[in-house]
Amino acid sequence: MNSETRSDNKRTLTRLVVVAAVMFGFGYALVPFYQKICEVTGINNLLNADDPVRSTQVDTTRRVTIEFDANTHGLPWSFKPGQASVTVHPGELVHVKYLVQNTRDRAVTGQAIPSYGPQLAGQHFRKLDCFCFARQTLGAGEAKEMPVVFVIDPALPKEVNTITLSYTFFEVAGTATATAPEPRKPGV
Amino acid sequence: MEAANVHVHGAHDAAHGHGHHPTGLMRWVTTTNHKDIGTMYLWFSFAMFMVGGAMALIIRAELFQPGLQYVSPEFFNQMITLHGLIMVFGAIMPAFVGFANWMIPMMIGAPDMAFARMNNWSFWLLPPAGILLTASMFVTGGAAGTGWTLYPPLSVQMGMGMDMAIFAVHILGMSSIMGSINIITTILNMRAPGMTLMRLPMFCWTWLVTAYLLIAVMPVLAGAVTMILTDRHFGTSFFNAAGGGDPVMFQHIFWFFGHPEVYIIALPAFGVISHVIPAFARKPIFGYTSMVYAIASIALISFIVWAHHMYVVGMPVAGQLYFMYATMLIAVPTGVKVFNWVATMWRGSMTFETPMLFAIGFLFLFTIGGFTGLVLSMTSVDVQLQDTYYVVAHFHYVMVAGALYSAFAGVYYWLPKWTGHMYDETLGKWHFWLSFISFNAAFFPQHFLGLAGMPRRIPDYALQFTDFNQVSTYGAFVFGLSQLLFLYVVLKTIRGGEKAADKPWEGATGLEWTLPSPPPHHSFEEPPILK
Repeated sequence: MNSETRSDNKRTLTRLVVVAAVMFGFGYALVPFYQKICEVTGINNLLNADDPVRSTQVDTTRRVTIEFDANTHGLPWSFKPGQASVTVHPGELVHVKYLVQNTRDRAVTGQAIPSYGPQLAGQHFRKLDCFCFARQTLGAGEAKEMPVVFVIDPALPKEVNTITLSYTFFEVAGTATATAPEPRKPGV
Repeated sequence: MEAANVHVHGAHDAAHGHGHHPTGLMRWVTTTNHKDIGTMYLWFSFAMFMVGGAMALIIRAELFQPGLQYVSPEFFNQMITLHGLIMVFGAIMPAFVGFANWMIPMMIGAPDMAFARMNNWSFWLLPPAGILLTASMFVTGGAAGTGWTLYPPLSVQMGMGMDMAIFAVHILGMSSIMGSINIITTILNMRAPGMTLMRLPMFCWTWLVTAYLLIAVMPVLAGAVTMILTDRHFGTSFFNAAGGGDPVMFQHIFWFFGHPEVYIIALPAFGVISHVIPAFARKPIFGYTSMVYAIASIALISFIVWAHHMYVVGMPVAGQLYFMYATMLIAVPTGVKVFNWVATMWRGSMTFETPMLFAIGFLFLFTIGGFTGLVLSMTSVDVQLQDTYYVVAHFHYVMVAGALYSAFAGVYYWLPKWTGHMYDETLGKWHFWLSFISFNAAFFPQHFLGLAGMPRRIPDYALQFTDFNQVSTYGAFVFGLSQLLFLYVVLKTIRGGEKAADKPWEGATGLEWTLPSPPPHHSFEEPPILK
């Protein structure tokens, strides 16, 4: 290999290493890009209040059952819905409560994430007020009633007559436990 | 072959007077010779192929009957994951890097790869990665059980086997990137005078494009698994909803790597086929220029179709339509390649030696796999077939009958060149027919299972799926055992056999056939003159 080829090779090597490094950065750049796309297109808008329904006409010809579910993920909290289910008319303003208690002897901060079953009901489930819009901090042993105010959009497809609203409380990093939780045994 | 090489090597050393090379094991550890490294890549990939294959047989044995017979569901999931990772990163990719190492310098008239020491390093990174992956089965909690796609939140929750898999992916990625840099530099800077890019052998073209794909997407995968790692241990929340992250984002990042990865595997396979078919049809490849442009367009389009792997994850209709049409678009350049291969055979004076049988087997079965891919590209159909055995059948037609058959074709085609001996044609044909029939027995019924709704990655199934699953398991075991015949044929060829001519195939073209069989340890130290 003559010296000319050798220096050409070095130049190509440098360029390709730069490309590889840039692509590693590009992988990370996809994270803010993804969040921006979700924000602009309104996908994944879980933690903000929805626009209120424009038509306030209550559709009394339909009844929709709303079932409530509550879970915690790595939080020492007892968390349950104040009511198993309610039956409502689309367009009607509904107030419900969730009950939560911190079972740990110090303050813990959590964030609730909602999800809906069936999934497509989510876009017709207009939450006007929700404890999931903000982080919640509970002092040692503190118990709280937390409200959700929502309207079911009358545009909800006809075939949907039951909606499950499920919340999962996640720990806000580092507040619940100083040590990692026990790994879950397989099969449990 | 070692003996043959050492002999030639010795003669060379005597001529040039630098005979201080280590022998025995250290020869292989310290080698910077592209032929030695190519050989090691090929043997490593074969070993991994056997390990991954054994895992596939455990999966098939469990699926022989409904209910749970041999393994626990957790272990079944680990087998699914390791089989995928090992076959993709340990078997198929290193096999084609092995071909690249052996053939590219000999095809373009270069004395060696551009960065010979880095080449040694890219190979020796592989065994630790292979060991990390296989050893992860034996740690607390077992290996990663997430499937090869490593989706969170499961991958954030698994035991330390997951960390080992992540490190293995890091190491394999580094090895691929270094290998790719070497290949690109070799092809761009070290061609013999007169070999313009448009006279480049097709295998070098496919590898040039593949190497660019690798450099573009392997770092993205490395980033994605690093994010999982920091989510697991360092308190970040890229994929944790509570911290403002999103597990779906992983799928987008993963498939931004994952779809080009499909072509990283397929393109070098196309390259091998583009050498074998013209050689045995005794006609130059039909439409060389269109083949080059087809390779480049496949590579470019592969960057913009990733979300067709995730139609059911939730996407606006406009997004689904875009990804559906873009995916269908890939069938156009791929179709150009398939038709060009067929046109190369048209009115050729064909003979059907083992490499050609595997090439034609590739053409048939890869086209079937391509068609089921088109079926799956349709959102409305995919929503039904997502995560069923139809998908499993589809990608095994592309990966096994596509990439693996092409690797077999390449081994039989170049084995006389590598070893200096002809392989046993009768046994080679046995290997082909056994593989061809058992492959179809194993995977064709999986189309029916998928259409009937059998989900993938589940160790149990409903009773009505039993018959097809049994056929599939029989096929898989015959296919697996047939590969021992392949091992025997290769070993037999290395140890002896009819002396191979410099150009054992009448219709073969290319600089590699101007060298003796086996080629001297150092070839083309003076670049050849191209007419």
